[in-house]
Amino acid sequence: MLSTLQQPPRSLSRIPLHLKPLRSFFTVASASASQDQSSPPSSQILTLRRALLSRQTTATQLAESYISRLSLTEPHLHSFLHISDTLLRDAQLIDRKIEKGEDVGPLAGVLVGVKDNICTADMPSTGGSRILENYKAPFDATAVRRVKEKDGILIGKTNLDEFGMGSTTEASSFQVTANPWDLSRVPGGSSGGSAAAVSARQCMVSLGSDTGGSVRQPASFCGVVGLKPTYGRVSRFGLMAYASSLDVIGCFGTSVADTGILLHVISGHDRFDATSSNREFPDFLSQFTSINLVESKPLKGLKVGLIRETLEDGVDNGVKSAISGAASHLEELGCTVTEVSLPSFSLGLPAYYILASSESSSNLSRYDGVRYGNQVFAEELNALYNDSRAKGFGPEVQMRILMGTYALSAGYYDAYYKRAQQVRTLIRKSFKDALDDNDILISPVAPSAAYKIGEKKNDPLAMYAGDIMTVNVNLAGLPALVLPCGFVEGGPVGLPVGLQMIGAAFDEAKLLKVGHIFEQTLQGCRFVPPIVADDLAYSQQ
Amino acid sequence: MASTLFRNIQTHPILFYPSVLFRRKNGALYCTMKSSSSSTTQTQTATLEKHQNPRTKVIDKRIKDYEAIIGIETHVQLSTLTKAFCGCPYNYGAQPNTSICPVCMGLPGALPVLNSKVIEFAVKLGLALNCKLSFNSKFDRKQYFYPDLPKGYQISQFDIPIASNGYVDLDLPVEFGGGHRRFGITRVHMEEDAGKLLHSGNGSFSQVDLNRAGVPLLEIVSEPDMRNGIEAAEYAAEIQRVVRYLGISNGNMQEGSLRCDVNVSIRPIGQSEFGTKVEIKNLNSFSSVNRAIDFEISRQVLLHSQGQGNSIVQETRLWEEGAQKTVTMRKKEGLSDYRYFPEPDLPEVILKKEYVDSIQNSLPELPEMKRRRYENMGLSMQDVLFLANDINVAKFFDATIAEGADVKLATNWIMGDIAAYMKNEKVSINDIKLVPRELAELIASIKGGTISGKIGKEILFELIEKGGTVKGLIEEKNLVQIVDHTEIEKMVDKVLSENPNQLEQYRAGKTKIQGYFAGQVMKLSKGKANPGLLNKILQQKLNASS
Ligand SMILES: [Zn+2]
Repeated sequence: MLSTLQQPPRSLSRIPLHLKPLRSFFTVASASASQDQSSPPSSQILTLRRALLSRQTTATQLAESYISRLSLTEPHLHSFLHISDTLLRDAQLIDRKIEKGEDVGPLAGVLVGVKDNICTADMPSTGGSRILENYKAPFDATAVRRVKEKDGILIGKTNLDEFGMGSTTEASSFQVTANPWDLSRVPGGSSGGSAAAVSARQCMVSLGSDTGGSVRQPASFCGVVGLKPTYGRVSRFGLMAYASSLDVIGCFGTSVADTGILLHVISGHDRFDATSSNREFPDFLSQFTSINLVESKPLKGLKVGLIRETLEDGVDNGVKSAISGAASHLEELGCTVTEVSLPSFSLGLPAYYILASSESSSNLSRYDGVRYGNQVFAEELNALYNDSRAKGFGPEVQMRILMGTYALSAGYYDAYYKRAQQVRTLIRKSFKDALDDNDILISPVAPSAAYKIGEKKNDPLAMYAGDIMTVNVNLAGLPALVLPCGFVEGGPVGLPVGLQMIGAAFDEAKLLKVGHIFEQTLQGCRFVPPIVADDLAYSQQ
Repeated sequence: MASTLFRNIQTHPILFYPSVLFRRKNGALYCTMKSSSSSTTQTQTATLEKHQNPRTKVIDKRIKDYEAIIGIETHVQLSTLTKAFCGCPYNYGAQPNTSICPVCMGLPGALPVLNSKVIEFAVKLGLALNCKLSFNSKFDRKQYFYPDLPKGYQISQFDIPIASNGYVDLDLPVEFGGGHRRFGITRVHMEEDAGKLLHSGNGSFSQVDLNRAGVPLLEIVSEPDMRNGIEAAEYAAEIQRVVRYLGISNGNMQEGSLRCDVNVSIRPIGQSEFGTKVEIKNLNSFSSVNRAIDFEISRQVLLHSQGQGNSIVQETRLWEEGAQKTVTMRKKEGLSDYRYFPEPDLPEVILKKEYVDSIQNSLPELPEMKRRRYENMGLSMQDVLFLANDINVAKFFDATIAEGADVKLATNWIMGDIAAYMKNEKVSINDIKLVPRELAELIASIKGGTISGKIGKEILFELIEKGGTVKGLIEEKNLVQIVDHTEIEKMVDKVLSENPNQLEQYRAGKTKIQGYFAGQVMKLSKGKANPGLLNKILQQKLNASS
């Protein structure tokens, strides 16, 4: 079973050929599920629901199998900072409900990973920071509360770059998470733990947060579906603020349907977040009626804009060809794909880093060691602040606090913060124009696939540059769906590459529909990493 | 740790924070604070400074050559049911940390949600102070570190206050020379209060009480239009009246619901540029506002007139009530940088015209309007100021008039016996049992002759203490005035026959003792005899048989 952890035979094609025919273990129980290598990803959530309601499996059985897989994979991946100790008890409660014939929510028995900067009342919430080591929040974040209300089960808290600041998850104060496709590579970040956990089937779906690409880039690096909702679609209450005007809680899953189901559960207005929207989220699942064949041109008439500025110099050729492959696939489905230009695109990166750092310098002021978190004993007040913060925050966080403090200082505010806000207005406008002409926009998620652990650790500018494809979407507040679309050379079996689809504000339903058809019709690509491929194949015996 | 703290809130009324937050070093903890982080705190240790009492006759003469420029920043704590950005109630004097939640504690992941009453109250005050309202304003973060500020920033308004460019009209007290004044209001903005630090007796540690953190405030900044302590104190008193009339704050200075920081500078008369501004804090009453400013003006004039104008520096000084002087709290090293930026957690504050109009139409009669109305009723300025000073007294007066009472008589009763009673018993007009309708009835009964003024007074105190009606008391105690000629005549005859010696003396020319007879008759009537009639009959009898 652990053979995949050793060097498997290298095979480099768009399809990781080593994969044995696989099914997720519970689809065995499902009568209809007979998947082979060419079958598209199915919704784990819907399949589980059928299996539970038809009594073919139990939530407890499912939880036990996840625990056993966790014990095998987690020592290599380090996706989790904390595993729930009530997992089996929670699963038994669901089983009892089903036994009694009570109604169960749409996430019944679904094992959900939660990024550790999202507060949970029953588990520690550290934000990946030493300063909150062992901190336990007295409340559940609204998104978490909604997951629990719909009978989802929290499996644990996932690793991240400290307070979401980073693109590799190496900036966690506690551990480095490995990419399930190649343990020597980063899973991306900052939601690297949530992405790796879903990719390695340590949980079915997970919550992440996306301030500048923190859901989308790790989704691409780990070969899973990642959804960054419109700003305001999901309540931020309980999400440790990094950059309040950009932060949004997002979803990971192994299928578009699963991320959509999770989003549906967590979205909606929340009286505890004044920036949350009450815009209705339509029932997107009804649009998923049948698997559409390429020949039937299910996306006929859909106008897709390929963002020219995202395919310029500095983008790996492998990524470029995966994206043009995806564009061709969309054309085969009936879309008209044209190149569009977003002139202010390149301004997004500096504007993003100024705004995000400025807001973070303010948002992180509350970690002062006075009321909670790690406090360093000091003889006087300033020393208490200085020592608690110097010892509590890692270098990346300290750097961003310093940058933000500088940008907001008297005399610099106009040159930096104010100018960045003006750029933000321009970017919003250019996205709006492009989305007036197109139904969706597409682009790569990052200039490359997952890189090596440590590769960019000492070159923050190179790491920041990797965010160029994603930060503009946050500045514009738009929704974006990332789904795996191909592979590039690298690692034991190749590395996944994601396609980013950007939609108009609050039009997640369209992204989900297009994404679903795309994923269901993409031939020959299965995105199960080697670390669990054998395990999944094995578990069906 | 925080989770335990928070969860305990519901079940344990008293919640203590980790007791030792930080130690003072050589007892001088706060002196180490950077200027950028401390100007809103009121807990600084004062560094004592030796100087002579400048209040000398020489100075009083020199003061005439100078002009003082005074501006005031007033913080008004709003009496909303809940805090500005969370659902916690606020009760002054509650056990520390019993009215807190993740939001006002600044826990990770907590977000502010604006209490719409704060906007309503701000609009009310803006309109009452004749301000121009900003139909599009926003909240900003004012950033500094202090243990009473849980988030490391205060949610406030920076460049676009909700109201600006207004004014307030007031009348100075007659005993200070009187006169009408109009002082400019620069701006009114919304913000949240900070918590409180409780310092241990020996100064070795401090504790934080966050009950007050997040309580809504309106900060009112005046134009530098005041010229002396009285004007400043009256300005502050007028702000207190306005907020009380509006019902948006209890305006209590002792509890800190209304706090004044004043800025004082002087310049030689005729000079156009301003002198160096000194800020004074710790003013807990209007009289300390008055005295602190006058002290500070004298201090600055003394320094200036002795050629030491340079030693007037930009600083914050504390008013010491005991010593009756201001002392240096901290010198300002350049401008503080609060790194303001728009609060991203809260949407913009957008006012609709209909909303503002509806508030405008529901405003009560404000102190200035009331004073002008009373003045037009023919009352003296002293009466006007007394009645309009306290919203409850004014309401009582208005209600009494509405019951048909004579304006002047009602004024006299309220300002006289009723005010004296309230002062002696230290109660407010709302605490007494007398109601306006009965005061009007009392006044009418005296005027109509049903009872005498003396009886009226007796009944008044009964009404104040026990309540009841004038009619009921008169009947119950059989207090109706005796106006029957024969009845009084009988009593007069009785007194005269029982006092033959005095009658002798009277008739011998000692006419002054008429008062003695009158007193005896009144006593016999138990005070009910109509005094005019009594005297008339007595006079006739005394002089008739001679
Ligand atoms: Zn609260």
